[in-house]
Amino acid sequence: MERADAQAAETELGTLTKPSKKAKSSISPLQRIIRDKWLYVLLLPGLAYFIIFKYLPMWGVVIAFQDYSPFKGVFGSEWVGFDNFTNFFKNPDFFRLLKNTAIFAVLNLVFFFPAPIILSLLLNELRSNSYKRVMQTFIYVPHFMSWVIIASITYVFFTTSGGVVNEIVEQIYGRKMDFLSAPEWFRPLIMLQIIWKETGWGTVIFLAALTAVDKEQYEAAIVDGAGRFRRLWHVTLPAIRSTIIVMLILQLGRFLDTGFQQIYLMSNSLNRGVADVFDTYVYFVGITQGAYSYSTAVGLFKSVIGIILVLGSNKLAKKFGEEGIF
Amino acid sequence: MSMPKMHNTRAGRVFDGFNVIILGIIGILMILPFLYIIAGSFATEAELTRRSFFIWPETFTLNAYKYIFSTATFSRSILVSIGVTLVGTIVCLFFTFTMAYPLSRKNLLGRNLFLNLVVFSMLFSGGMIPTYIVVKSLGLLDSYWSLILPGAINPFNLIIVKTFFQGIPNELEEAAKMDGCTEIGIFWRILLPLSTPVLATFTLFYAVGIWNDFFHALLYISDSTKWPVQVLLQQIIILSQGNLTDTAAQAGAYVTPPEQSLKLAVVVVATLPILIVYPFLQKHFAQGMLLGSVKG
Repeated sequence: MERADAQAAETELGTLTKPSKKAKSSISPLQRIIRDKWLYVLLLPGLAYFIIFKYLPMWGVVIAFQDYSPFKGVFGSEWVGFDNFTNFFKNPDFFRLLKNTAIFAVLNLVFFFPAPIILSLLLNELRSNSYKRVMQTFIYVPHFMSWVIIASITYVFFTTSGGVVNEIVEQIYGRKMDFLSAPEWFRPLIMLQIIWKETGWGTVIFLAALTAVDKEQYEAAIVDGAGRFRRLWHVTLPAIRSTIIVMLILQLGRFLDTGFQQIYLMSNSLNRGVADVFDTYVYFVGITQGAYSYSTAVGLFKSVIGIILVLGSNKLAKKFGEEGIF
Repeated sequence: MSMPKMHNTRAGRVFDGFNVIILGIIGILMILPFLYIIAGSFATEAELTRRSFFIWPETFTLNAYKYIFSTATFSRSILVSIGVTLVGTIVCLFFTFTMAYPLSRKNLLGRNLFLNLVVFSMLFSGGMIPTYIVVKSLGLLDSYWSLILPGAINPFNLIIVKTFFQGIPNELEEAAKMDGCTEIGIFWRILLPLSTPVLATFTLFYAVGIWNDFFHALLYISDSTKWPVQVLLQQIIILSQGNLTDTAAQAGAYVTPPEQSLKLAVVVVATLPILIVYPFLQKHFAQGMLLGSVKG
């Protein structure tokens, strides 16, 4: 705590003594570059990475306004204005993608979002610390598995040819269910996967917030005669409320970020109608079918809406007195 | 956090017991699928057909493993994954740490511009297709470098390392400069030795990320002899069209390959490296995630 205070004081001091700071850097920019030449040498590989793999593609989005042909290149291709965008908005695919994305966002909010909160509250109520640690070890495991492994395990368990789940279903209903290709099972499976993979890991941030709860408040609540549930309701929950609100807002900011890998791996020709979201659509139309300009326009639309949502939600989070990410 | 000592009511005790049981069930559900996959990979085909779920095989057999490692397809993809993970981790660490150091120096001319470039790239991206076109025009399609270079720096990691370097006292550096050491010397001989815990954390971060990566291979690798194990896994299990049978296997002793246990064995081998490093991961990742919330 003391160190943080000292740091805060230092930055405060920094703002007060700004003029003198200016006077210190009296050497010319060129001299500063020469002085730090080795630092720039170290900076070079990383900077090259950002320019080549981040900023060149950002410039490359101009093909969204072209009728890009790989043979003519970015400079030789014809400019078409907003045609690719208007084509996309007029396409019935647009509403299908928007609808699928919105449904995933709502399902996420209702079924996935509360799960880590409930789990961390339960973990927090445990009296045995060693039991808690063992449980934490178990519940973090799926987070570190790749989506291919998660999808593979799902296939092994849900397949109609000998999958455990279908064996049980057959015992009860007398017939097997086509979990992996029936469109009506796609969303429940996606939810099941994400809850199984990420709930445990999601508790990390809430458990961290819970350690900050003032123990004296519990003691005071006990003196006032509050039972377990009243303490949970009146002390624990209010203490992590701001964390919950910030996580909720940030989650809203990631509205469009449906996991590409997860959805791609679980989708097939039978369930594509409910599975397609912006990212998978860009992949199928762009990479598989080669419609570079059109799919870039779709991607750009998503990126622009995405940045607005993230910045907006971040601002909102800061309003609640919490640090945003940026 | 442990609860302060307090008298427990009857309802409280019932809740405690209930809570222990519920959490036990949740914990077991999280790892049960893995237990089945592991047990099944050691079981015989007959047992897999007969019993729908078990976590301990009646008869142990290594047939599935012997079979998959006898096929060139699988052995090759494991080698690709190991090679790309090793080289990729070193490349990622190199790019991240060399860039983090200059960015941590407050009096570097242009520092804010560089930092803003990094932060903006976290907010906005050119997207899948323009990146694909860049990778393609660099001639990296079907090259192992396409699995490494496009993700060489994770901006979040970069900022965490930068923040860490900022916390190292300047005096050390000043002293080294007096002795005629250049910044590269300082970086190599002073900063890196001081940051071994951070280095360990990010080695794990990057290695796990690269081992688990499916996305880059899907986009950039179409030559099936260059597939990493994650793509092979998708082909075998999800698309059920991957074919492990090839000349090497036909020359082997197995007339009919163990079909079901073979799939499970592939999953186990793809999972194994993660499970081996998991104890370290759990420790470092939790720290890293909390470090990440520290603003630079």
